[in-house]
Formats: sequence, C-alpha cells, structure tokens
Amino acid sequence: MRADVVYYDRGCEGYPKRLMPYKNMPDRLYSKGAVPSDEKPTVAIVGARMCSAYGRSQALRFARVLSEHGVQIISGLAYGIDALAHRGALNGGGATFAVLGCGADICYPKENYPLLLDMLEHGGGILTEFPHGDPPRSWHFPLRNRVISALSDVVLIIEAKEKSGSLITADYALEQGKTIFALPGRVNDQLSAGCNRLIAQGASIALSPTDVLEELGIAEKAEETETAVCYSKEPGKIMAALQGNRLSMAELQKKTGLEFLVLTQVLLRLELEGRVVENPPGWYEINRENRGKKK
Amino acid sequence: MDCIKMVVTMNPCPCGFYPDMNRCTCTPGDINRYLGKISQPFLDRMDLCVHVEPLSYEELKENRGESTSAQMRRAVQKAQKLQQERYQGQKIRFNSELSVKEVQEYCHLTREAEQLLAQAFAQLKLSARAYHGIIKTARTIADLEGAELIGSAHISEAVCLRSADKKIWRL
Repeated sequence: MRADVVYYDRGCEGYPKRLMPYKNMPDRLYSKGAVPSDEKPTVAIVGARMCSAYGRSQALRFARVLSEHGVQIISGLAYGIDALAHRGALNGGGATFAVLGCGADICYPKENYPLLLDMLEHGGGILTEFPHGDPPRSWHFPLRNRVISALSDVVLIIEAKEKSGSLITADYALEQGKTIFALPGRVNDQLSAGCNRLIAQGASIALSPTDVLEELGIAEKAEETETAVCYSKEPGKIMAALQGNRLSMAELQKKTGLEFLVLTQVLLRLELEGRVVENPPGWYEINRENRGKKK
Repeated sequence: MDCIKMVVTMNPCPCGFYPDMNRCTCTPGDINRYLGKISQPFLDRMDLCVHVEPLSYEELKENRGESTSAQMRRAVQKAQKLQQERYQGQKIRFNSELSVKEVQEYCHLTREAEQLLAQAFAQLKLSARAYHGIIKTARTIADLEGAELIGSAHISEAVCLRSADKKIWRL
C-alpha cells in the first residue's frame, strides 16, 4: 500500500492551488490516487457520523446530483454523512476525494475500506497531512477539516448537532471566505440544530442541489431525475410512508393500515426489487443508492 | 428430540435508543462493537426476529381491536391440532422438528411461493439453514390460516420475520 503514496510540498507542482492563499495549510500533503483538480468546481459535503434517514438520503442526493454536473466532492471518509457523500458522488459518476485524519496507509474507520477502493478506482483519491503510520487521533480530525474547506468552493453541511465537528469545518470555511450551505431540518431534531443555527447566522439554505449549482454558476442539465415510479395501491402506501423516514414493521403497519400478511408480502417484493432496504435489521427505508446507479 | 424453545431480546445499541437520534448517545463504533458481540451463525439460528417499538402512554392504554390472548390461544391450538394430525405415527409433533427430508415431504409450496423463495434466497443471501427455517415458519403460518399449501404470502411473512440473518448487522 505504501508504494502508491506520493507527497507534494507546498509551492511545488501538484500541491493543490486552492490551498495556497491560506497560511495555516500543511507544508506537505500525502496523497494516494488522484489529487482534486484545481480547475473543476468543488464542493465539500460534511455532517454527522450518526445521521438520520433524512440526512442519509439528502447526502446521497446532493452528492449524486452535484457529481453528475461535474462537481468534485470532498469529504472526510468518516461514518455517516461523509461516507454517503462519497458514495453519492460515485453514484453520480464523478470523482470524489477524502481528506483523512491519519496516515495514508490507514483506513479509518476500516468499515469504509470498500468505499475507499471504489473511490480510488473511479478517479478519486485520498489526501492527508499526516505521515505514514500516524494513527487517527482525536485532535487530527478538527485539524484536517481546515483542508477540507480550503479545497472546496462551497461547503455543504447536511446534518450537525449543536456541538459537532462539522461546525468546525463551517468555521474554517467562514474564515477562508467560502460559501457555506446548510441543509435545513425540523427545529426539534437535534441532528438539524447545528444546520438550523448556521442558517440563522446567515449561511445559505440548501433547499435543493440546484441552489448549490447556481452558486457555482453551473446550469442545471435537466430536471432532477427522481423519476416517479408508478406504484399500485399497497406499494404506493408503503413508499409514501417511507418517504424520508426509516420505519420498523410495526410503525409501517400503523402508518399504512395494511394487514400484516399483505404488508410483509408487498414489503418483501419491494425489497427484492431493490426499492426498499432493511438497515439495520427490522428497519426499512427507501433504497436511494440503487436509484442513482440504475440510470 | 431437541425441543428447546429459545426466546432472547437485545437492545439496538448500548444506550438502547438507536435509531431515535434525538435520544441515542452512542457513536457508530459503540454500536458496531455492541452488535458485533452476537455472531452471525448464532443469529442464523433465530427463526423469528422482530423489532419492538417503545410505546407512548396513549398507545399503551388504547385498545386497537387486535386479537386477544384468548383468541390467539385458540388459533395456536387449532394449528397444533392440525400438526398433530399431520404427523400422526411419526416421531415428531411440530413443524419445528421437521428434518430436511421431512420438509420436502410435508411442506409443499405453490409455484408462486417457490419462485419468491428462490429470489429471496439469492438476493438476500440466505444460508441453507435459513432456507429450511423459512419453510418451516411458513408452514406454521399456513397452518394458522388452515391452508394446505404454502403460498407466497406465507413465505413473505416468514422472510420478513427473519430479519436477523438477511444481512450482517451494521449501521
């Protein structure tokens, strides 16, 4: 794994130009795979590790649509929103880059290793200021956030609690004069409290990927391709109930009013068709990943 | 005969509130470590697995017109009787005791149910043990309805009640 890691010193060729205007950037940047292009529009998508079904679906959606429009997606390869942002970008067919809080030879968390390989395979890469073998220490993560924001034109925050590492990224972005977008949420959702606070303080509201594209000066290609599939009665009820929610079987039954025998039958069919996924076991949600890939 | 009936419960995460993100205080690592304590081969042996919701006070009080314990008891007794008749003269009494060979003999699926099970087996990556477990559970569901053949509705319910081994436990 060591052989394919290269490093760029500040000011030398290959060192991202976007980092040059700022003083507190790393002097040496280790990289594996590609380095984000200096010319292409770039958006950082960050957010909570423990995210909600709403955050999951929106992270995938924003990353996919932006990626489809040639935007590079930067994030931190963490659990939750970060991983989904990378995944969404891959679904959109674009390159995506991760800035790590450890050496380039370590994949943290290790659960995201398959994702990392996918990213490397599809024109993306990883960047880190930490040398080989440097473990992921807790103080590394706030530090690498300044690189995430500096590499991007726009920072989009999907879900963040009132005290969240994503807000550190937002602080850096503000300092560096980047545009901050925040995904609005319900006022009683703790996971949206940080985003709503940012909006109250003047961040742009990310109502749809179009807003972010407009900020970047990119014309939207076509209507968002959330093709409405026509469902018959029962599947329609289930899909409507699952819209933006993650529900257990009991909750689904309550919401749809279907008989258990009917519910399980339709649910299994939807699952086998790849429209619904069970994650974690016993909880159902709409399968967004699949939809992006199918097109 | 192995007639052990095992009923177990566990929490979705160390604090018990996941996926209610307003209350759960666990980190992803906490949850993965916690769920990782239960091995997949162990989960594979669970024939029924359901998620139970916390109830609000209103829901606890409310009578939703669902079947009472007495009604359920009658339905279960009826199904038991059916099984006793079916396995008369055999060494076994209940569906759960069916061997692989006996499953083929006593558990006939409709064509539709067969196709559904084949699809579920491939796509949900079920184990051989899960396959037989599902058929036996579906046999019981059919018995509760008094149905001779196992239909796709019975298979569906049996598969949905087996969420434990459909995928590895993860976030």
